[in-house]
Amino acid sequence: MERVEGEVGDFKATLIRKPRYILEDKCTGCTTCVEYCPVKYPDEFNQDISQNKAVHVYFPQAIPLVAYIDESCLYLKEGKCKICEAVCKNDAIDLNQKPIKKEIKVGAIILSTGLEPYDPSLREEYHYREFQNVVTSMDFERLLSSTGAYGGEILRGSDLKHPHKLAWIQCVGSRMVLPNGNSYCSAVCCTYAQKQVIITKDHDADAECVIFHNDVRSYGKDFERFYDRTANLPNVRFVRSYVTIVKEDPVTKNVTIRYSTPDEGVKEEEFEMVVLSVGLNPPKNVEEIAEKYGIELNNHNFCKLDPVNPMITNRPGIYISGAFQGPLDIPESVFSASGAGSQVGELLQYRRGNLAKERIYPDERDVSQEEPRVGVFVCHCGANISRIVSVPSVVDYALTLPNVVYAQEQLFSCATNSAKEITDIAKEEGLNRVVVAACSPRTLEPLFRDTLREAGINQYYYEMANIREHNSWVHAKEKEEATQKAKDIVRMKVARACLLEPLQEFELPVNKNALVVGGGVAGMTCSLSIANQGHDVYLIEKSPALGGIARRLHSTLEGLDVQAYLADLIKQVYEHPLIHVYENAAITEASGYVGNFVTRVSSPRGVADIKHGAAVIAIGADLYTPTEYLYGQDDRVVTNLELEELIFQDDEKALNAESLVMIQCVGCRNEDRNYCSRICCSQSIKNALNLKKKNPAVDIYILFRDMRTYGFKEDYYREAADNDVRFIRYEPEDPPEVEVAQEGGKSVLRISVTDYILQNKIELDADMIALASAVLPSGDTKEIAGLFKVVLSPDGFFKEAHVKLRPVEFGTDGVYLCGTTHYPKFIQETINQSYGAAGRVLTLLSRDTVTASGSVCEVDENRCISCGACITACTYGAIDFYESPQGRKARVNPVLCKGDGLCNTKCATNAIMLKHFNDQEIISEIDALFFEEAEAEAEEEESVRLVEAAVESV
Amino acid sequence: MGGCHLNECNYITHGNFHALSMVNISRALLEHVGLDPERLKLKFMSGSEANVYVEGVNEFVKKVKELGPLGKGEGIEASALKAKLEAVTALIPYFRLVERERLRGPFKSEEECNEFFASDEFKELFEETIADKLAVAQIVALLRQGPLTTPGIAKVLGLTPSEVSRHLISSSRQKFVRYDEGLKRYALA
Repeated sequence: MERVEGEVGDFKATLIRKPRYILEDKCTGCTTCVEYCPVKYPDEFNQDISQNKAVHVYFPQAIPLVAYIDESCLYLKEGKCKICEAVCKNDAIDLNQKPIKKEIKVGAIILSTGLEPYDPSLREEYHYREFQNVVTSMDFERLLSSTGAYGGEILRGSDLKHPHKLAWIQCVGSRMVLPNGNSYCSAVCCTYAQKQVIITKDHDADAECVIFHNDVRSYGKDFERFYDRTANLPNVRFVRSYVTIVKEDPVTKNVTIRYSTPDEGVKEEEFEMVVLSVGLNPPKNVEEIAEKYGIELNNHNFCKLDPVNPMITNRPGIYISGAFQGPLDIPESVFSASGAGSQVGELLQYRRGNLAKERIYPDERDVSQEEPRVGVFVCHCGANISRIVSVPSVVDYALTLPNVVYAQEQLFSCATNSAKEITDIAKEEGLNRVVVAACSPRTLEPLFRDTLREAGINQYYYEMANIREHNSWVHAKEKEEATQKAKDIVRMKVARACLLEPLQEFELPVNKNALVVGGGVAGMTCSLSIANQGHDVYLIEKSPALGGIARRLHSTLEGLDVQAYLADLIKQVYEHPLIHVYENAAITEASGYVGNFVTRVSSPRGVADIKHGAAVIAIGADLYTPTEYLYGQDDRVVTNLELEELIFQDDEKALNAESLVMIQCVGCRNEDRNYCSRICCSQSIKNALNLKKKNPAVDIYILFRDMRTYGFKEDYYREAADNDVRFIRYEPEDPPEVEVAQEGGKSVLRISVTDYILQNKIELDADMIALASAVLPSGDTKEIAGLFKVVLSPDGFFKEAHVKLRPVEFGTDGVYLCGTTHYPKFIQETINQSYGAAGRVLTLLSRDTVTASGSVCEVDENRCISCGACITACTYGAIDFYESPQGRKARVNPVLCKGDGLCNTKCATNAIMLKHFNDQEIISEIDALFFEEAEAEAEEEESVRLVEAAVESV
Repeated sequence: MGGCHLNECNYITHGNFHALSMVNISRALLEHVGLDPERLKLKFMSGSEANVYVEGVNEFVKKVKELGPLGKGEGIEASALKAKLEAVTALIPYFRLVERERLRGPFKSEEECNEFFASDEFKELFEETIADKLAVAQIVALLRQGPLTTPGIAKVLGLTPSEVSRHLISSSRQKFVRYDEGLKRYALA
């Protein structure tokens, strides 16, 4: 980006595009050029550990899967070589490309600049790049990856041997107020280090792994269980200690670490590899970015956030998502990405769909009465396939197969002209089945299916033979066998193609309204964003007023006036013409499916059946009522939330307390509730700071297990410590004990706790105790889950479809979630996620129809004995019973069926089958594969024949 | 069999847990009819773990070569092998019912699942629900090849004559088999 001019709704962005030296529309990603390129240089994607070529694809899963040439190219440097140009069969190399300047007009801009891993060479004590076997966690990540530096082998830099004893050092570059360090917590390192330990143990079960840590911050959803899982692995130790990297052995290159334990004092230990868990820095050149876009940064050089909308910047029309907000893990980044998208949707709603074009296909020809006429196209993939496999002989062979009426080779079947050729030939030759022998269907099947549609043939008559990934790429040294295998694969696919059936994709209209369950910050934020994009929203609130748990909060750690914010939010909701609020409401029934739900709501307005296309669950969370530490017996023992209220109301008892003790982790991180409530550490710090402001003389002690003030909240933790708030760590096996005692003529609460630094039991006398009580799943969770057919996580919170890839939606299509109903979270995080959910709702509601795949399950009612085995297997809820004239039968809703086929394996009578993958189609492939062998061997090997027979009858 | 790592299923149905159970049941069935359970292996791997796949296949091919041809390696006659496989195949619908009613998880991990299928509890359940049915099915399948005496059946199927006798009596009652007085052998009814 060179320049951004203009204003919201009308920006002019000037882009400079660096030359790729590759014509993207011609490059097929075959990587032949990479193989022939003579220049090797350190591979940036693999952290410079292994080598790559001057021309290469950035990483194996890159999108677009197109090569590029970088500055190390001999031709670009010295004007010689050009080998790539000679070997590219598709003339995709253009070494004369120049930078291109382009101006584009846009209404909004989203900055997803990402982050920069901390560079530990900035601080000498880490000896990074000095000791060969000290690596960063990013380096280690590339060692673990099967597409990484050593193909998935963990090897040491010094001798390329497997390390068996490894150490992780946490908080490298984070939580330090030192030059070249970051004062904040990087928020993700505790958990990623645990992941690395688990994968290391997968690689080498005997590996000894030690994690040197400060607080273990497993504050995310399911992270506590993950921490337990790591800690319970054999030969894994968590050591709470600061460390020094002492020396490198000159011969073995092992690294010695000095640390201390309460039992053994200071000691040294040698490791074969040391991993530095480096933190997250702002993106490179962040100041330049800020200046270019005219946005402000915070004191840590991340984007300065609006506390009630962390996706906007100070410049209207410029949004941010991901780690530019601050250190975030993947789910949080995805929330904000979808959320920023939704806000852009609000802004540009009036132009929605203007750039979309509808494609029109010719009518489908009915070929069901015709004999199969199969056309086979065998792809060279440049030289990718043809260098190993004799493509002409595969073509000749294909022509000998039954029902094959046409076969030819193609240089690149996926090239635009080749795809058109398939369409043309299908028409000319009257083909009714097409097999393309090329690469994996994962990437190109949709493209080839399209060639059939263009030819007026049902797209499910297409079949793909993978002779690249499954053949030429893995049998480079066995050319003859690879050619034979290519023929075998083609034979299998032709056999299958002959049995394929035309399938229809199913289109259903989408109701344009949304239902939002829960009128807290999450539900209201989400409702507003949906309604601002032109959709009616029915907002259902159980209690008499909107606001949820936020009604009881007064400030955030960062100082937001929660009540003022909430009042404004409620006002916006009530004033919005498209939001229909139902207070005192209960949902009594919910039916239907994606795009077509009907929900019965009972409220003082009467009973209403609301039709809606999408549903958002935002029912919030509950709070644990402690039974511990005299809570409920002595009114000087309060919860964090109650203390917040008391401080805010200038309650005398709270303000005059001489001494206050806070106890963390009350009601969670235990056997009953094995999760961290995430917000309580920061809440305690907030209360402590607020109380200190009103009464600087108060003594405050916080009894904690791990202080989990992640991200920028770490600064407030430090501020509290600087303000003489005292922190005493306790272990769950030895929790604090509270009793009422008399001291100096007054009644006090006496807390006894073991101090791990002083190594002895200490007693604290307090006038008040505040308990960081757990956040619980809402009591209504189970009922709502049943109504909307969605599932729960082990801890009883709602379970999203995928933690990272689909974090605001359920596995059940058309149902979404946000806020604390997903997991405890701060207001700012809730806002991110609520906009995120709105973004996903809009991707559904902005469509007129939902399309169901043709490859779904179908019930043969004559065989169905209505046992329900398929129904219990299908967690998508796609199957139900209905009363047919022949009695109760299972029935599949094709819109909900995902085609995984689990029901097929459960049906005792084989009454349910997955279209496009039915038994005959699959067995035909196996039969075709073994046909010749079975023939030959049958004569001499009776038992083999029997097995074949058995397989067939299965 | 190859499958995605547990808890990494593309679908919320998590069919790979079901696959793990079915493989365990199938291995128990193989063992029960005298075939080496090592002939069936399930390995979880992700699409990017080429090394795991290659090692898994190579190991398995080596194993199967060591075991020799199906039945031969175990010293089972061709006719008995045929009867055994027919019996197992015929009972697949029944196994599916038993799996659903008696042998289904929920298992949370591979260890938990494998532990259950290695437990005495499973052995008892297997005996109770499957063993007898499978013995009868094998006898019926064997008699389909021709009439046999009780000791003859016992020898071919590797069962004790008293077990066979017990099954023959109940099967006669249910009119699956009959005693052919002329041949002095059991035959299909």
